[in-house]
Amino acid sequence: MDIDFITQILFAAIKTGTPLLLIALGEVICEKSGVLNLGQEGMMLMGAVVGFLAAYTTGSAGLGIIGAILMGMIMSLIFAFLVLHLGANQVATGLALTIFGTGLSAFVGADVVGQTVQGFQPIIIPLLSDIPILGKVLFTHDLLVYVSFAMAGAVAYVANKTRTGLILKAVGENPHAANAIGIKVLRVRYCAIMFGGAMAGLSGAYMSLVYTPMWIENMSSGRGWIALALVVFASWRIGNIMLGAYLFGLASIMHLVLQGMGWSISPNLLAMLPYVATVVVMVIISADHFKEKLLAPRSLGKPFDPRQMA
Amino acid sequence: MIQITPRIEASKFMTFASPLLAILLTLIFGSILFTVLDKDPLEAMHLLLIAPLSDAYNISEMLVKMGPLLLCAVGLSLCYRANLWNIGAEGQLLMGALGGSAVALQFVDSEAWFALPLTLIAGIISGMIWAAIPTLLKLKFNSNLILTTIMFNYIALYMLLWGVHGPLRDPEGFGFPESAIFSDATLLPLLSEDGRVHIGILFAILLSIFAAFVLAKSHLGFQIRVFGADEPAAKYAGFNHKKLTWCVMLFAGALAGLAGVSEVAGPIGQLVPGISPGYGYSAIIVAYLGRLHPLGALLSATFMAVLYMGGDLAQIEMGIPIAVVGMFQGVLLFFLLACDFFIHYRLTFTSYSQYKH
Repeated sequence: MDIDFITQILFAAIKTGTPLLLIALGEVICEKSGVLNLGQEGMMLMGAVVGFLAAYTTGSAGLGIIGAILMGMIMSLIFAFLVLHLGANQVATGLALTIFGTGLSAFVGADVVGQTVQGFQPIIIPLLSDIPILGKVLFTHDLLVYVSFAMAGAVAYVANKTRTGLILKAVGENPHAANAIGIKVLRVRYCAIMFGGAMAGLSGAYMSLVYTPMWIENMSSGRGWIALALVVFASWRIGNIMLGAYLFGLASIMHLVLQGMGWSISPNLLAMLPYVATVVVMVIISADHFKEKLLAPRSLGKPFDPRQMA
Repeated sequence: MIQITPRIEASKFMTFASPLLAILLTLIFGSILFTVLDKDPLEAMHLLLIAPLSDAYNISEMLVKMGPLLLCAVGLSLCYRANLWNIGAEGQLLMGALGGSAVALQFVDSEAWFALPLTLIAGIISGMIWAAIPTLLKLKFNSNLILTTIMFNYIALYMLLWGVHGPLRDPEGFGFPESAIFSDATLLPLLSEDGRVHIGILFAILLSIFAAFVLAKSHLGFQIRVFGADEPAAKYAGFNHKKLTWCVMLFAGALAGLAGVSEVAGPIGQLVPGISPGYGYSAIIVAYLGRLHPLGALLSATFMAVLYMGGDLAQIEMGIPIAVVGMFQGVLLFFLLACDFFIHYRLTFTSYSQYKH
């Protein structure tokens, strides 16, 4: 293995990890507000198909991105209304969102399967990209990868250093106390859920406009679910999420690595790797029951109904 | 003025009316959608809901789809009642098909009477194993059951693909990813001369009655109900949570495995990559629509099978993509969850005159 090969692998790991990072950043904010949205996969697929359709019809990838983000937000609003206003079970509603999104995306995308669009060109950042190895790995990507870097920084900053982050935390840890000091719990949760939807839509657009770039039914192939697991074993910490996303990017391209090293294993067995890795890491992390309880937002998955406060 | 007020007791009426209301709303949604898409809504609805029940062949095909849906949904109903979020029916079904096929392919040239029972047992055990691993991980390592079962669905899918592309591929199949065709000795007996409906559907119906009986009359069923209603109370009563979890999960795995092996040893007759059009996921909706009761699942599985069959017909007759079925399922679950709101809340109409006093 030479340096070039390693550089290429790391570059690909970042590219493959980016959709996971984007969607996990949205989900972590959502979970910090105490809401577990299992509809990630559905929102991502809808983002992917709408982003693709918008870019395909208008010829502008930028409009595709905007369309995908809006679609993700609309999807998340359905979820938000059901769980926040009607007190529906978050697990069941999230599953419904995924089933709905999977079906609807296949339905509206049926006509454009196999078409391609002009995606984003890589932007090579001057000077920084000249750093040996790291420069090539980090700074020769397309726009959305840089956006994901920036989003990771912004989310970490807002969540940990600002008043907004504190409110979010208060709502997620103890909505009753937050309500008592005058925070509008449902409004905060609406915002958090919609941010999650926007990021899921963006992540979908990355899949259909940059990564492939085309629309294929079910093209997210479980990334929404892996992102959910990623948030758990990153212990709701942004830095860990970033690292985890790239590790999973690496796991997803392992078949290329092994082929490069001259191994021959069934591609179907290698395709299991990200899912197996998810299970293994989840087992290792959550075996420490105490730690997980300590780190998870305390009201995660529990409904909050201001009607019953009076 | 319309006000929302909490009910003092959960409404029995709404518990049963809610699924019907949700189905009605879904149909209205569908009609609007078809009108927007410039397809005749009446024709589409006829194809989706009535045509599947119109002749013997269609009913037989409908029953073929109902079997796996019902088997998976009965298992999931018990899981969800016990607060075990098993999303893994799809993977357990696929593993049942894979495990069953591995055994059935040993009997390709055989007429042995025990070939079919062995095939079915292999399928059931494969499904149970696939349910057992996430259960073990949950109980031993406290891992999240939803996420592990989902991951196991994907792993099962690739196991199946590996099987049909690799060790189980028909050596004389010109490289197609298909197994050899099973011998008659490993096929489930057909129920009627025309059509593909086989005795698997009877297994499914009997098992759902059995599960209803267990739930209503046995100590185990009582424990499941208490755990679902009030977990701390169940623990306080000293119910063994581990044992209960194992029983329910293995039962669900066995049923999903049986569903899988019944597909390959039933209507399909060989192992192919496309065993299931997402039966395991649809079964989640079937379970909810059936109010998490095995007998309710019997009704809702019938409805869902009609919808699947109708989706096939609508695709052939009107060129409506089959994906519309998946979308309707999602919409149906949304409406159901929304209607369920009124189990615990009601609308009260207050007139202004009340405020005068």
